[in-house]
Amino acid sequence: MACNGSACQSGCYRDGYEAATPGDGAAATAPDNGNGNATTNGLCVKCKVNEVFSDGGGGAGDDGRFCAECFRSNLFGKFRHAITSNAMIAPTDNVLVAFSGGPASRVALQFVHDMQYKAQKNFDASRDRSLPVFGVGVAFIDESAASAPSSDKVMDMAIKDIKSIVLELAPPTKELHIFSIERLYLGDSNDQRNKLKEVLDAVTDPTGKEDLLGHLRMLVLQKIASENGYTRVVLGSCTSRISCHVISATVKGRGYSLPADIQYVDARWEVPLVLPLRDCLAQELNMLCRLDGLKTIGLPYETCHTINSLISTFVALLQEENPSRESTIVRTAGKLNPFAFNRIPEIKDINVPLATRRRQKRSNIKLNGSISSESFCPMCYCPIMPTELGILKAQEVSSDSFDASCCSSCRFQILPQDPTRMEDFYSNLPPLLVARATRRNPPDPSSLREHIQDYLLLDSENEE
Amino acid sequence: MDTGEKLRRGGGRLCCICNDRRAALKRPKTLQQICRECFYAVFEEEIHQVIIKNQLFKPGERIAIGASGGKDSTVLAYVLSELNKRYSYGLDLFLLSIDEGITGYRDDSLETVKRNELQYGLPLKIISYKDLYGWTMDEIVKMIGLKNNCTFCGVFRRQALDRGAALLKVDKVATGHNADDIAETVLLNILRGDIARLSRCTSITTGEDGPIPRCKPFKYTYEKEIVMYAYFKKLDYFSTECIYSPNAYRGFAREFIKDLERIRPRAILDIIKSGEDFRISTSTKMPEQGTCERCGYISSQKWCKACVLLEGLNRGMPKLGIGRTRGMSSDQMKNPKPTGAAKNIESKQCGSLDF
Repeated sequence: MACNGSACQSGCYRDGYEAATPGDGAAATAPDNGNGNATTNGLCVKCKVNEVFSDGGGGAGDDGRFCAECFRSNLFGKFRHAITSNAMIAPTDNVLVAFSGGPASRVALQFVHDMQYKAQKNFDASRDRSLPVFGVGVAFIDESAASAPSSDKVMDMAIKDIKSIVLELAPPTKELHIFSIERLYLGDSNDQRNKLKEVLDAVTDPTGKEDLLGHLRMLVLQKIASENGYTRVVLGSCTSRISCHVISATVKGRGYSLPADIQYVDARWEVPLVLPLRDCLAQELNMLCRLDGLKTIGLPYETCHTINSLISTFVALLQEENPSRESTIVRTAGKLNPFAFNRIPEIKDINVPLATRRRQKRSNIKLNGSISSESFCPMCYCPIMPTELGILKAQEVSSDSFDASCCSSCRFQILPQDPTRMEDFYSNLPPLLVARATRRNPPDPSSLREHIQDYLLLDSENEE
Repeated sequence: MDTGEKLRRGGGRLCCICNDRRAALKRPKTLQQICRECFYAVFEEEIHQVIIKNQLFKPGERIAIGASGGKDSTVLAYVLSELNKRYSYGLDLFLLSIDEGITGYRDDSLETVKRNELQYGLPLKIISYKDLYGWTMDEIVKMIGLKNNCTFCGVFRRQALDRGAALLKVDKVATGHNADDIAETVLLNILRGDIARLSRCTSITTGEDGPIPRCKPFKYTYEKEIVMYAYFKKLDYFSTECIYSPNAYRGFAREFIKDLERIRPRAILDIIKSGEDFRISTSTKMPEQGTCERCGYISSQKWCKACVLLEGLNRGMPKLGIGRTRGMSSDQMKNPKPTGAAKNIESKQCGSLDF
C-alpha cells in the first residue's frame, strides 16, 4: 500500500525530485534511482558522460535529460521497438513511406532509411544472403487542387525539395511517387480538379471537409501502394498527433471505431498501414530534425477554424501544463479493445523463410478469440457499431443506398443534409471510394479459416 | 456579435415547431428557433423520454433529489415533480440537501432549497457535516487551509448523501448532473488515463450493486438549456460559487467543451455517445468492494476514505489520506496537483460524478 516506511526508496515523497526532472513522462523508462544528481549536474541520465544538450525548449519528452547521442538512439530505439514487436516490416516487404514534408514523416523516412541501410550492410556481409533487404519507396501527395489557389511556384519548390531529400538518402535508391490528389478522378486534369472542387464544396461543415480530405489522402496512399507493389504503408503519426485523434474521434462520436485508428498496425486496407512513430512525441521529432539538420517542408495550406484545430490547441495547452499528457491520452485509448484487423495478417506464402514467419507469428498481438466481421463506413472506412447498423437497417427502406451505409459521424459532417443533393454528391465522389462502397465487406475467408484451423483435416481447400 | 441582426431576423420569424407563435429563443442543442411554450414542451418531453427509455424509476418508489439550491437541482426538482404529476409516475419525491457548513455560501443556498420545499411541496431533509462528522467545512478549512479542501468536501458529501438517503428510506437518489458535466467527465477520464471510470461514467444509473443507486435524468440535457428553462420559468435558484473553490468552473476541459459547443452544439452529445460506445473489456478490474471496519460504509480498503480523512482531522494530522499514497490512488487522481497553478484541467473538484 502506501510507502510510509522510511526504508522505501521509491521516491514518491521526494517532491524535489519531481521538480528536478520535469520531463519524466509516463512513457519514459529512465532508471529510477540516482538520476536526480546527474540531471542537476547537467549530465545525460543515460550515459552519464556527455552533457545534456539544450535547445531552449526543454521539458518535453525525453530531451533535456539526454545528451544528443543518447537522445537520438533512444528515439530510434522507440521506432525500432515498434517495428520489431509488431512485425511491421519483414525482409520481403516493400515499404511505402507517406511523406508530407513535415518533421514527423521526415523522421519516419530517415529511420526507415537507416533500417534499410543497416539491413543492406548485413545482407552484403552475410554469406548465404538468405534474408533479403526490404524495399523502400516514398509517396508525396500534392493537395494544391483541394486548397485555395496558391501559386504553383510554391508547390514546384516544395516538390523540388522533396526530390532532393529523397535523392540525398544513401543507396539503396528509393522511388519517389508524387501524386496529385485530384488524380483519384478520371478524365483530364481540368475535369479532375473541378470534380474534386465540387465534392469538397458540397461539404458545408469545415471539419467535415478537412476529414474528407484526410480520407481521400488515405485512398491515394492505397492507390499508389497497390499499383506499385508495396506491401506496407508507413505513416508518421506520432503520439501528439494520435492523442489529438483520440480526442477528436471522441468529440465526433466515434468512440466505437476509435481503437481501430490508433494501433501500431491497421490492416483493414489492402495494403496495411503501420505507425512506427506511435510512441514518439512531436517535440522529440522536431528536436531530432533540428539536431540532425533534417530538412522539412512547410506547405502553405490554409488552416481554418475547425474542431480539429480547436483540439490541437487544447491538447498543446494540456501538454504544456503536463509533459506526459499526450502519452497518457494515447495510453488510455490504447486500453480500448482493438479490432481483429489491427495486426499484420499472417504470412501464408511458403516462399517466405520459415524464420520470418515464425517471428511474425510470435510478435503479433493476440486477439481474445472473438471472431469479427465488421461493417465499414464507405466514406471514412471506420468500423460501424453493430447496434447502429441495426438501427440503420430498420430506418431506411433501401439499406443499399450509400448514405444509409455511412457512419453517423460522416452522415452529419460530410454528407449533404438535403437529401435531394445526395445524388449529385454521390456522383462526384472519386470512383475508388464508390467502388469500395459497393463492395459489400465480405468476411475474410482466411481469418475465418484461422479460427477453425484445428478442426480441418486437409491442408487446403483445393484438396477437398 | 450579432444581437442586432438577431433581433431583426428573429423579429418576425415563427417558431419552427408550432409554426404559430413567434420564435423567442434559439435552442442551444439544435439551434432551432422556437417559442417559449415549445421550448418547455421539448425540454420536458426529452427528459420524460430519457426516464421512460432507461426505466429510471418504478411506480411506488421513493426518490430523493440531491438538492443544492443551484440551477441544475432546482430545475430537476421542478421538472421531476411536474412529470410525476403529468405522467403519473407514482413516485414519492423528496429533497435531500447536504449542509457542508460553509458560511456565506451553503447557508444562503439552503434558504433557497427551503423555499423550494414550499414551492414544489416536496419534503426536505438536510444532513449536515457537523452532525455526521463533527466538523463543518469552515472548521476544516480553518485547519487545513485552501489546499485539498475539496477532497474533504467531496468525500464527505458522497457519504452524507448516502446516509441521508438511508434516513429517508428512499430507493434511489436523482442528481442534477447534466450533459456538459458528463461530457467533461468523459474527457477528463481520457486525459487522466482512468479506464475504469471511463467505462462507468456514462451510465445513467450507477451504484446498482450498492445500497442506494443514483441516476442522472439530465444526462442528455444541456447546461445552457437548464439555465434557459430556469430563467424563463423564473425558478428560484441560487447561483453563487462556493467561496472555497471560486474558480471551480474555469477548468481547461470545461472551457474546451464550451468552445466545442460554439462550433458544433452536437459535440456534447457526441462525446457522451463515444463514452457509451467505447470498446472496454468488461474484465477491467474494479476494486473489490467491502465495508469500512469503522463505520460500515462501502469501502475497498480497511477504512473508508471518509474515516481516514476524519481520523486525520481528529488527530490533528490533516494530511493523512491525502496526496501521494499509492493505496489511495483513486482519490489521489481527483486532485492531481494541488499546487498553486492558476488553472486546472478539471472544473469541479467537488461534486465529482463518481459515486
